[in-house]
Amino acid sequence: MATDVHGPVSPKTADSASTAAVRVAGLTRSFGGRAVIDGLELTVRPGEFVALLGRSGCGKSTLLRVLAGLDREIEGEVSVPRRSAVAFQAPRLMPWKKVWRNVLLGLPGRPEREVAERALGEVGLSHRTDAWPKTLSGGEAQRASLARALVREPDLLLLDEPFGALDALTRIKAQRLVAELWRRRGCAVLLVTHDVEEALLLADRVLVMDEGVIAYETAIDLPRPRDIASPRFAALRARLLDRLGVEGPADDSLADGPAGGGLADAA
Amino acid sequence: MLWQVLSASGVLHPDVLASPGTIARTAAGLVSDGTLPSAMLVSVQRVLVGLVLGGVAGVALALASGLSRLGEDLVDATVQMLRSIPWVGVIPLFIIWLGIGEAPKIALIALGVAFHLYLNVYAGIRGVDAQLVEAGTSLGLGRWGLIRHVVLPGALPGAMTGLRYSLATAWLALVFGESVNADDGIGFLMNQAREFFRTDVIVVCLIVYALLGLLADFLVRTLERLLLQWRPTFTGQ
Repeated sequence: MATDVHGPVSPKTADSASTAAVRVAGLTRSFGGRAVIDGLELTVRPGEFVALLGRSGCGKSTLLRVLAGLDREIEGEVSVPRRSAVAFQAPRLMPWKKVWRNVLLGLPGRPEREVAERALGEVGLSHRTDAWPKTLSGGEAQRASLARALVREPDLLLLDEPFGALDALTRIKAQRLVAELWRRRGCAVLLVTHDVEEALLLADRVLVMDEGVIAYETAIDLPRPRDIASPRFAALRARLLDRLGVEGPADDSLADGPAGGGLADAA
Repeated sequence: MLWQVLSASGVLHPDVLASPGTIARTAAGLVSDGTLPSAMLVSVQRVLVGLVLGGVAGVALALASGLSRLGEDLVDATVQMLRSIPWVGVIPLFIIWLGIGEAPKIALIALGVAFHLYLNVYAGIRGVDAQLVEAGTSLGLGRWGLIRHVVLPGALPGAMTGLRYSLATAWLALVFGESVNADDGIGFLMNQAREFFRTDVIVVCLIVYALLGLLADFLVRTLERLLLQWRPTFTGQ
């Protein structure tokens, strides 16, 4: 998949592949004179799972759109793998194409139906191959969207709050699925989220974006699979919430479960 | 029933409105002597030719203005301007330009069809969800791929609405066109009947117009069911 040169964004050459999957230097993106991203620096190693946290409107989704090649009015340097794929918050399946055709959409050549079936099998959707998107549940649609991203065999998977619209139980399942797919595929993942626990459950490294730059970052060296109830997890969560500007007492109300970490309302 | 009783008792004079029984007999007569079928064939042919010509023109213009900004500037402004002209009003002009043969009738039908299709297809294209277009881009679709897999299917519901409107317009245009000057077709039958105060024939012709309109609507509905089965809309309870 060609996420190719956009503006100053250059596709990574093979020899630099070993050093970084994503390299961003001095990235600035302004809307009407206001810099939403302001001289941002970011490097993601191949195979690394990075979560990007931040309040609503901090520019994290803008950054993801830039990396996806959907926003090219930028200054600075951005290099991403040629093969990258996006899963959006809304599944964005074409309603007029059956699930398997959605999965194959945009693939070069004339891919066989089996290719889609394999990808759908990987996300546990083999039984919905021939379904219309309108008949899928929210979780199923999101998994179809994941299959559509994975079938491109990306070196970089960009996830834009993909679990935001799912109910708590479906979200836990979807998070586990993403963790497993990442482990199996070994691609770099950039997960944009406002859910601190989700970030802590999945990522090798958590970044906090504020005022257009990466304001804080921390490596998460908890053993996998991670336990929300462990004291170290709780300590990390408290630290990140603090960084995000959420006061201490609010922490209790957010500690109920994985679905409770939403910051959009709190912040 | 009331109608039949009024007619039989002479309250309703046949010159005003023929009785249902007479109408039924007239219809049978017109069918058996071949007048009505041949007239229908001529009329339906006119509608089809007008529909195809107007459809091609309307869809082509809508694609031109829907898919490109330049096309929008060139086409849409012009069409929106012409839209304020009542299309029936151009009949005299068409007669002067095209004579009194088939051409002005078909042109009138094509004009009505083209307008409705243009407006709905254009609105359909411009109403396609930008998020889906973005998703298509992120999946690596080029310009043509986006048009084929995202924009055109997304505009299909609008196009089908346009088709329904334009069919209704086509029948209307047919009635107008055939009532102005015609030497065959359903309109000709009606004109002739008017000369001889044959209200029975006029009613038969009206019924035929109505039935043809219903048939056309049924065909479009069937087409919609086939083409738009993916649509997540409320279908009634």
